[in-house]
Amino acid sequence: MKAAWKEKAIRLMLFATASTSILIVIGIFVFVGKEAGQFAIKPGLKELISSRWMPVSFQKESFGLLPLITGSLLVTALATILTIPFGIGAAVYISELARPAEREILKPFIEILAGIPSVVIGFFGLVVLVPLIKSSFSLSTGLTALAGAVLLALMAIPTVVSISEDAIRSVPASYKAASLALGASKMQTIWKVTVPAALPGIVAAIMLGIGRVIGETMAVMMVTGNAAIITASPFDSVRTMTATIAAEMGEVAFGSIHYRALFCVGIVLLLATFGLNIIAQKFLKKYRMG
Amino acid sequence: MRRVASQYIIAWLIRVMTYLIVFVIASIIIKILWNGLPVINWEFLTTMPKRGGSEGGILPAIVGTLSLALGTVIIALPLGMATAIYLSEYAKAGRFTRTVRLAIVTLAGVPSIVFGLFGLGLFVIFLRFGASIIAGCLTLACMILPIIIVSSEETLRAVPKSFREGSLALGATKWQTIYKNVLPYSISGMLTGSILGIGRAAGETAPILLTVAAFYLPRLPKSIFDQVMALPYHLYVLATQHPDIEKVRPLQYATALVLLALVLGVNLVAILFRIHIRKKYRW
Repeated sequence: MKAAWKEKAIRLMLFATASTSILIVIGIFVFVGKEAGQFAIKPGLKELISSRWMPVSFQKESFGLLPLITGSLLVTALATILTIPFGIGAAVYISELARPAEREILKPFIEILAGIPSVVIGFFGLVVLVPLIKSSFSLSTGLTALAGAVLLALMAIPTVVSISEDAIRSVPASYKAASLALGASKMQTIWKVTVPAALPGIVAAIMLGIGRVIGETMAVMMVTGNAAIITASPFDSVRTMTATIAAEMGEVAFGSIHYRALFCVGIVLLLATFGLNIIAQKFLKKYRMG
Repeated sequence: MRRVASQYIIAWLIRVMTYLIVFVIASIIIKILWNGLPVINWEFLTTMPKRGGSEGGILPAIVGTLSLALGTVIIALPLGMATAIYLSEYAKAGRFTRTVRLAIVTLAGVPSIVFGLFGLGLFVIFLRFGASIIAGCLTLACMILPIIIVSSEETLRAVPKSFREGSLALGATKWQTIYKNVLPYSISGMLTGSILGIGRAAGETAPILLTVAAFYLPRLPKSIFDQVMALPYHLYVLATQHPDIEKVRPLQYATALVLLALVLGVNLVAILFRIHIRKKYRW
């Protein structure tokens, strides 16, 4: 009888701890949303739709999110353009072309990159990449969207390589055998059979990589120059949403409009990554079932 | 003939791309080792910083980062392991399980700076912890929880079903079965996952920026309600906020090296541990 009670108690306790994840997610939405909600009441969400982010001003402060959103989008888009070929290329090479011994070294080595703290990558960018960009494009400063994008690509690549490689390797061997038996060459088989079969997994990998890129803070803050302007040029300095929160939160008064505006930036970020994540999960499910 | 040539070109191209990535990783590590190693000595590791970080050591930042990592694991490990046990042993397919899984995936994707905002709103301000070690640890624990849950669940599921069935058939209860016949074989795997979590917690900057990290505080923390310096934030400050960035460049390299060694060292321990376990348990 006592044992049955104990079993029930343990079960209940485990159930309760499993619920904490849900509570944390709700907590994040509530505590970030609360301050953003205050902003929506006063001065109103219309404030956010403007092309000027001037939270500190002698005349009139302005909390337009557009330059921050375009800044994040520009850096993310450039990083994605770099990540896709390198990520997929390396995944294909490691899973299909590398010798077994080579593979055993390459994959963990690339995964090391995922373990390097973002502030260290940012520091490397600052001392190596930024001067390199400055001199090779003869710019007045190397602190540009391009510098941020290269570092972000570096941080997304291990995710993309690791998940894509798993996806490519889980394509049934019979697919490849059938293709080769029909007279297709090795490369034809890779690009026309194996990679398309693994595509849902590869797409999911890229989505998760982009999710990491949008949310990355330190490396971007250190090398993009942080100018809140709307631009499409990789050689301009930009300010991303994440960098704005990290750089300004230390200096704002608790409960001020600026403070709440930063939480609005946070909720935009949260919704963007949440959306990407959901889409990625859909693709992952597809490849696990297929 | 032309088709064969283009095949070779593509194969070479992706090989070059792969090794380019390897080259960049190697150059990051070598650059920091090369410039940081000459600066590091016993004094640097064990003394307080002086004159706003321009001179002296980084002891408080090392202590800060270690205490944050330790505190985070103490909070996240039991929660993560219990959740994993529930998901792999008790959960039935249904709405609750689906919601828990969705929550875990969502948590894994939340940007680190948003965790910072959450920690600031909940722990620092609402619960009145102030900027403190405890607020930082709780925030980081929320962030690494999905890592621990996912890897723990994987190791639990790797224990063969027959282990459970044998125990249940002998009349053991469900918890007795889990405790005596499943956990002993998966505990080391679960620890591996949490070691990876520690590495992540030690290297993160954005969440602690808003919840604990001090710009310059040349003393050791006395309680969990104190602020501390932390290695990643210290590196950020030296590299971008210091009045004379060029002059303190050697200190930046040395700080980067200590941080890198700490995080990669932790990850390496996890990897070796995992190899050891895979050899030990094979079924």
